Amino acid sequence: MKVFIPVFPIKGMLMGWLWFALICGCFTTQVYAQETPADSLKLIQLNEVVVISAGRQLDHQKQRKPLSTLDEFLESSRSIKMVKRGAYAWEPTMNDMASERLAITIDGMQIFGACTDKMDPITSYVDVSNLSEAEIGSGQQGAAFGNTIGGGINLKLDKSNFKSTGWTGSLESAFETNNAMRVFGGELSYSEEKFYFNVDGIYRKADNYKAGGDEEVKFSQFEKYNFSINSGYKLAEDKSIAATLIYDEANDVGYPALTMDVSLARAVIASVSFNQDTLFGNFSNWETKLYFNTIKHVMDDTQRPDVPIHMDMPGWSETAGFYTQAKLNKEKHHFFFKWDGFYNKSYAEMTMYPTNSNEPLMFMLTWPDVRTKNVGFYAEDHIPLKNASLKLSTRLAYHSNTVADDFGLNSLKIFYPEMDRTNTLFLKSFSAQYHKMLSDFHFNGGLSYGERAPSVSEGYGFYLFNSFDNHDYIGDPGLNTEGSVDANLSVTYKKPIFEITAGANYFHVFNYIIGMVDSSLSTMTIGAEGVKIYTNLDYAQLFNASLSGRYSISNAFKLTGRVSYHRGVDDKGENLPLISPLSYRSAIDFYKNQFSASLSIDGAGVQTNYNPTYGETKSAAYATLSASFGKRFFINDNDLFLKAGIENIFDTNYSTYTDWNNIPRMGRNFYLTISYSIN
Amino acid sequence: MKTLKYIFAILFLSATFVSCSDDDENTPAEINPVEGLNMIYEIPATDHTVQIYSEKQNLEVGYNEISIRIKDMASDKYVANAAPSWMPMMHMETMEHSAPHSMLTNTEESTVYKGHVVFQMASNDTEYWEMILNYSLNGQQKEETLRVSVSQPADGLTKTQVFMGTDDTRYVLAYVNPKEPKVAVNDLQAVLYKMESMMSFPMVENYKITVDPRMPGMGNHSSPNNEDLTYTTATKMYDGKLSLTMTGYWKINLKLMNSSGETLKGEDVTEANPESSLYFELEF
Repeated sequence: MKVFIPVFPIKGMLMGWLWFALICGCFTTQVYAQETPADSLKLIQLNEVVVISAGRQLDHQKQRKPLSTLDEFLESSRSIKMVKRGAYAWEPTMNDMASERLAITIDGMQIFGACTDKMDPITSYVDVSNLSEAEIGSGQQGAAFGNTIGGGINLKLDKSNFKSTGWTGSLESAFETNNAMRVFGGELSYSEEKFYFNVDGIYRKADNYKAGGDEEVKFSQFEKYNFSINSGYKLAEDKSIAATLIYDEANDVGYPALTMDVSLARAVIASVSFNQDTLFGNFSNWETKLYFNTIKHVMDDTQRPDVPIHMDMPGWSETAGFYTQAKLNKEKHHFFFKWDGFYNKSYAEMTMYPTNSNEPLMFMLTWPDVRTKNVGFYAEDHIPLKNASLKLSTRLAYHSNTVADDFGLNSLKIFYPEMDRTNTLFLKSFSAQYHKMLSDFHFNGGLSYGERAPSVSEGYGFYLFNSFDNHDYIGDPGLNTEGSVDANLSVTYKKPIFEITAGANYFHVFNYIIGMVDSSLSTMTIGAEGVKIYTNLDYAQLFNASLSGRYSISNAFKLTGRVSYHRGVDDKGENLPLISPLSYRSAIDFYKNQFSASLSIDGAGVQTNYNPTYGETKSAAYATLSASFGKRFFINDNDLFLKAGIENIFDTNYSTYTDWNNIPRMGRNFYLTISYSIN
Repeated sequence: MKTLKYIFAILFLSATFVSCSDDDENTPAEINPVEGLNMIYEIPATDHTVQIYSEKQNLEVGYNEISIRIKDMASDKYVANAAPSWMPMMHMETMEHSAPHSMLTNTEESTVYKGHVVFQMASNDTEYWEMILNYSLNGQQKEETLRVSVSQPADGLTKTQVFMGTDDTRYVLAYVNPKEPKVAVNDLQAVLYKMESMMSFPMVENYKITVDPRMPGMGNHSSPNNEDLTYTTATKMYDGKLSLTMTGYWKINLKLMNSSGETLKGEDVTEANPESSLYFELEF
């Protein structure tokens, strides 16, 4: 853990080696040409795919809670943990790294939240009704989606894709007792060989939830609806165009862990794409997409009874982008190339209303209209070898930030008199991943290097209040690029009825960006403890290890389990914040004759490695037990699916390391989901 | 391929969009030396008039920048060699006193004479200010006395301090700049005079005034990178830096120190002492 890795030699050697490997990979096709293609061996591209598609009738049996929020779906994945500030809009983290260190895209589209306090992770702008799956790549395996350190998540939209299914439709509804959440959803699709369209909508409304022991968590209500339409048309046998539009709006979203709520969080996400089976003869699966999205996020505290000062904090984020990608199969090489770019505009302001109404309003720009341009090139090559495979990938990107607003530039110049309006970075990523099969054993190992640019808040934030550690944060436009060398290793023993995997990864992050207290600065937020400036630590180290298994007891019964260990320390050996304690999850699932049931346990050990400097308190060990039952009925060729369940059966009052201000999680909750699909 | 073209087109467009700036080119207009100033007084005489200009609508308590022009009616031209001098006088019921003021000097435009005066108090029905002007015209020495009205600034903010220092000297400290404060590091400027007698207010040089801006409405929030006011020979004023992190009401807490570092007036702002007795107020 405490091994010191000198920055430059390793970086240089690693990059050199990766470049060499990549170039060799391109020109040494003949060497391996005699080897038999290992067709049986599926290339490991992504670490995990989480199936979502709530509207797809057949998938319901596999899911314990079909109409749960996307947040809950993501949380059920192996690699993702969710940071919670309330009942809604949880922030995904992977390998103990959050938004800034992850590349999260929706159908390949870059989207950036408009909230300076991270109350609107982009996963809050889509819903399970319009998604088919979440593709998850850990570390640089996620670099296909963008510049990342911790990994990438791509939420794939649900599309009919020219299947000859004709008209189909479904209606869904769910109710949960704990917070009286009502969910109504429906979708309609038409699909044939030349044309398809899908329309779907979902509405959710929830009151305050109750933690274990009937403790009401005030300001945890929310209301949200999401509407999406997507359509495709075949121009010719090998050419098609497609378009998508998503409208998502949340109102009256309470954030019990913060002093403010959200009166509006609205996203409009649109794209058009062009697909062609081949390109220039050799390339295949050519896809080009142009997209645009705009987000408005309004924080407000008018519903809160005791605030020292009332304030409005609206934020806007607009992104336009494109990508074009194609595959190329040459001998044993399976290349994938992607050229992508985006242009983002992030603007947020804060107006405070003085107690003495004769005084003028207090106004500041918390995001000074930062324009981010990023153009990147991604290439990967899968090389199947004898009972093995190798994947090499690289991303090279040009990234620039410009402060467009003079008011904002002058504000930041109070702290950084010499700062430039524009900052330009060149970001690199290289990765090699090797998979070897030896009888029933699978070995996976990889080594990669990746870089990311500081986020808008880290670079240009102006007095952003973080209620987790009760500090105001100020960005630093002169931050260095954060880079990470990561290594991962896993061993799987796989039998038809039995599978066990032990895996671990290690990230050595150079110039790790984190807020450090500057005691010379005066707080802006009334009641805040101090001011932190985003700073580059020399390095930080993150380590994750997990053991997971699956055992099919019989055709009907399946047992799964997973236990994971996490550790993160900074360059002085101090604990990093928001690092998971030992956590575990186990479930037994039953499925027979259209009847399904499950019993699952979720828990974590005591958080022994926490850091009070970052506002953390030791979170206690906990375990919760949940159960679900489902039954599928056939009514005149149509499907009726019922699912009921109970979460946190023993009404445990608990909070986890990710819960801001230790707001307790939901207590006992019964839910019922009904979905009816017309085929 | 067409799609690619569109992509290029869009990239190109976005690039040009970003690089566009809306800075206006400063085209030199015809030169009016009193452009943007208000003529607040005009003294008609037989063969000439004296015009008095200010940035403000009228004279106010505190720092006033004054421009004066003298127009010769015979030639219909403004006079460039009038060498004017001035003396403000307060006529109170029981006494008379003057006010701190600079010399009147020619500006880049030789027909405009500029100077400043710091009025310590407002005039009313019984107590009034007079401005005595001396100048030469066509070789003849002239004197005009003008009764002027001085009002309290409409915003009601304290920007002038008249106080007794610990050295038993009476001082006049007046805020000069920024006239339009910004959320930025502002160039702060002030003038400091001491009262030698009722009629004599010499400029004080080489003292220091510490600057600590605070927002009382925001838990006494302060800002970094302020610079104390120090005397600049070129401007004959005290120059410093004032960082304002947001709009609103600011109290600029000050502390006057003499050249040997002794505090003459004002206190440090601490938890126990939220404000200094020497301060300016700003609102924007």
